[in-house]
Order: sequence, then C-alpha cells, then structure tokens
Amino acid sequence: MNILHYWRAMWGIIGRELLRYLKQRERFISALVRPLIWLFVFAAGFRAALGIAIAPPYETYILYEVYITPGLAGMIQLFNGMQSSLSMVYDREMGSMRILLVSPLPRWFLLISKLLAGVAVSIFQVAVFLAIAWFYEIQATWYGYLWVIPALVLSGLMLGALGLLLSSFIKQLENFAGVMNFVIFPMFFMSSALYPLWKLKESSELLHTLARYNPFSQAVELIRFALYEQFNQEAFIFTLISFLVFILLAIIGYNPSKGMMKRKGRV
Amino acid sequence: MALLVENISFSYSGKKALDDVSFRINPGDCTFLLGPNGAGKSTLFSLITRLYDYRQGKISLCGFDVKKQTTKALAKLGVVFQQPTLDLDLSVMQNLRYHTALQGMARKQAKQRIQEELERLNMYERRFEKIRQLNGGHRRRVEIARALLHRPSLLLLDEPTVGLDVPSRQAIVEHVHQLASEQGLAVLWASHLIDEIESSDQLVILDKGIVKAQGGVDTVQKATQTTSINDAFFQLTQAGLAK
Repeated sequence: MNILHYWRAMWGIIGRELLRYLKQRERFISALVRPLIWLFVFAAGFRAALGIAIAPPYETYILYEVYITPGLAGMIQLFNGMQSSLSMVYDREMGSMRILLVSPLPRWFLLISKLLAGVAVSIFQVAVFLAIAWFYEIQATWYGYLWVIPALVLSGLMLGALGLLLSSFIKQLENFAGVMNFVIFPMFFMSSALYPLWKLKESSELLHTLARYNPFSQAVELIRFALYEQFNQEAFIFTLISFLVFILLAIIGYNPSKGMMKRKGRV
Repeated sequence: MALLVENISFSYSGKKALDDVSFRINPGDCTFLLGPNGAGKSTLFSLITRLYDYRQGKISLCGFDVKKQTTKALAKLGVVFQQPTLDLDLSVMQNLRYHTALQGMARKQAKQRIQEELERLNMYERRFEKIRQLNGGHRRRVEIARALLHRPSLLLLDEPTVGLDVPSRQAIVEHVHQLASEQGLAVLWASHLIDEIESSDQLVILDKGIVKAQGGVDTVQKATQTTSINDAFFQLTQAGLAK
C-alpha cells in the first residue's frame, strides 16, 4: 500500500462527489436558493426590526444583511453536511456504499476522503453564494475572502463529520427527515447565525448558554471573523475539538467490529 | 488457494445465521453457492467482504486473513453485489474511473484496463453513455467489468443475473465460466438459478446457515443419490428452486 494509492483514491472520491453534484442541478440550485431567500427576503424584512449594536468583528453599525451573511454561509455548510450524510444513507441503502467500503483502503481513510469531498462541494456552494452577495453589496475585502477559506474548511469538516456520525446511526432514509428537524433546525436557530448572542441573552439565559456552546455558533463566528481578516481563537478551538470528537465517533460508528454496524448487523 | 472459509459462525442478535461453515475455493474453480432465501448467503458475502465482522472462525483470501490483513485481502477481491451499485447519472467511463482510483491504479494503466474489460464484454463503444441509458443486462456487464479491472484473484457474484432476460443471463454465465477456465480466476457465485451451473462447477449448498453438501456436481448428486442438481437441492433443503 503506497502513498500514491491513497492520493489517487482520495481524488477519485472527491472527483466523483463533485461530478455527481454538478450533474444534480436541482441540488445545486436549491442549495443556493435557500440562503438567498434568507438574504433577500428575510433579512430585508427584519432589517428594521433588529438593531445590531457594534460588536467585534464589526467596527461600525452594519446592516442586518451583512450580519447574517456569515451565518448563511454556515447554513449552506450545515445543510451540505447533512445532505452528504443523507447521500451516504442513500448509498448504503442502494449499495454503492459497499463498493467504497470493500476497496482495499482503511475505512477511516475512506470516510475522511468522503468527508473532504463534501467539504469541497460546500466551499464551492459558499463561493457562489458570496459572489452573489458581493453584487448585492455585501462585500468583504479580498484578504477577507482568502482568510475565510481555511475557516470554511474547518467548519465544513466539523459539520460534515457531524453528518457522517448521524449517518452511522441512521438505519433508513425515512428516519432522516426526523434528524433534519431535530438537528438542523435547533442548531441553526439556536446559534449566532441570525442574531447576536447578547440578543438571545436578553430573552433567556438558558437559550444564550445553549447557543454559545452550540458548535454551529462557533463555526459561524469563525467564518464571521475570518471575513474581517481576524482570527477568533475560541471559535477555532471549539470548532476543531467538535470536529475531532464527531469524526472519531463516526469512525467508531463505521467500524465493523466496534460500532453500530456490529450492533445492527448491517451496512 | 483463492478463498478459505473455516468454521465460520455468525449470529444476528442471538439468532444464528451461519453455523460452523467451512469450504475452500481453488484458482480456476467456479463455485456456486446455492441456498433458499434466508440460508445465509448474503451474510457470508458480507463477512468475506468484511462489511460485517466475525468472532468465530477464519476467512482468508489468497492467504491473507480478512480480519487481520484486511486491505491486502480486499485487494484480491472483485465483487458484484446483488443491488446495483453504479451511479446512474455518471457515464460508464466515469463509474469505472472511480473504481480504478479506489484501487489506486495509475491513469494510463486504468485506461488500458477499462478498454480491455469493456471490449471483452462488447461495451467499449458505449463507454460515454450514462448508466441511466443502459438496460439491466448492460448495467450488469459494466459491473462485472468493474469488478475485474484490478485483476482480482477471486470474483464474488451475489445473484448477478436476477431480473435479467435469458440472452443477458446466458452472456454473463458464459463470460464468467470463460474467465475461470482461461484465466484461472476463482469464482464464488450465489444463485437461485440452477440452469446457470455447468457440470464442471463446484457446489456449496447452504440451508439455515449450515453447509448441507459441497463438492463437484457429480459428487453432490452421488451423495444424495439423485440425477439432477435440482433434485439434490430439493432433498437437502426441502425447498424448490426456480428452474
């Protein structure tokens, strides 16, 4: 087994995922329409209702659209992470997951390659979204766009690993809808994506605490600061640790002798 | 020896699916695994491909222990699963390229192998077509070509002809037998369809997780004092097979 084999396999997996993504136009469009509706409709409607005080990384008063843009970038990745895991459940039901798992490479490597493939797709989606937002005059500096790439890689890995972990637990596609409701919505609404945490604190201390320790909030803050060429250390560490925990559990979940595969006797 | 299965037992939450199963397959052998539904065929395939883990017994592929030397063992294996496993929206070529990447093959070598295998199955002309445009028989051919790209020593086929018309079935049966006899490929073929078996083939008859008989077609018929595989199978499993 040599490094070249790993390299080729990894690009094979990423290439397949990108090809599949580009062939599924509906998926491409819906991944874009969702955040754009939030940006053009929801944010416009709430612009007057929500006053945003000056808080880092912002140095001046900002429009609500500007505030939620990093959150929507995070939302794209959150949905993408869940969608990738949905496709893994689908692949498993349809059998193509087997082709991946019987290839002569360690399972952890196959899962991480699959994860990287999902991250590549999500970064492509975010790039298109930020480009449209740019024309809507929500603009970061060019350095900001460069800074955000590593932030998006880490947040994408974390959210993708969460999806992967969920897919190791979910037996059938039908169960997935429930997970969407129980994971995506609470994570998204209980975060700093749509409103700053201090706003939540005014309403409920408990909600504020939950939102603060929500890994999605931390990922959004990482993206937000990166767009302003700043490094949010707390968000970075928190997102990194969340990623490591999720990926470790997912690898255990997919291990035939330890995880859920053994318990349920299925792939 | 291409495949060695020794004293394998496996249970799903307390219910035994395989009970002390042992058999071996030599290079060039085409071995049919026969058994009614629920006999444990798919479980056995999942254990050989390491999709499931086993606690009792041993499985080795070309001398590599599936449990301890997993990647080396899997490199010797080509599989056609019962369920279709091709990406419908990708072309034949793209599907096969994905497989060669997973096997770590260099681009040039991959291209050459894809051409060889597709030509052998008369599918090379259709390499740029999407899988969705192919009929069931042609999709299966692509899957068989894919399973052979990395020159495995053992080919596992899990009821690959289910749902295909007679000419497509015949083409696949002939092709696989030819591979075994000409290239020394070992084949383990799970099937329901007795007319796919040739007189030179080996048999493993499985029922309720137990190996009821194994050996050449003649040996099994002699042991059961029957004159056809169908009768032998019926006697051993008390169930009919589709003829």
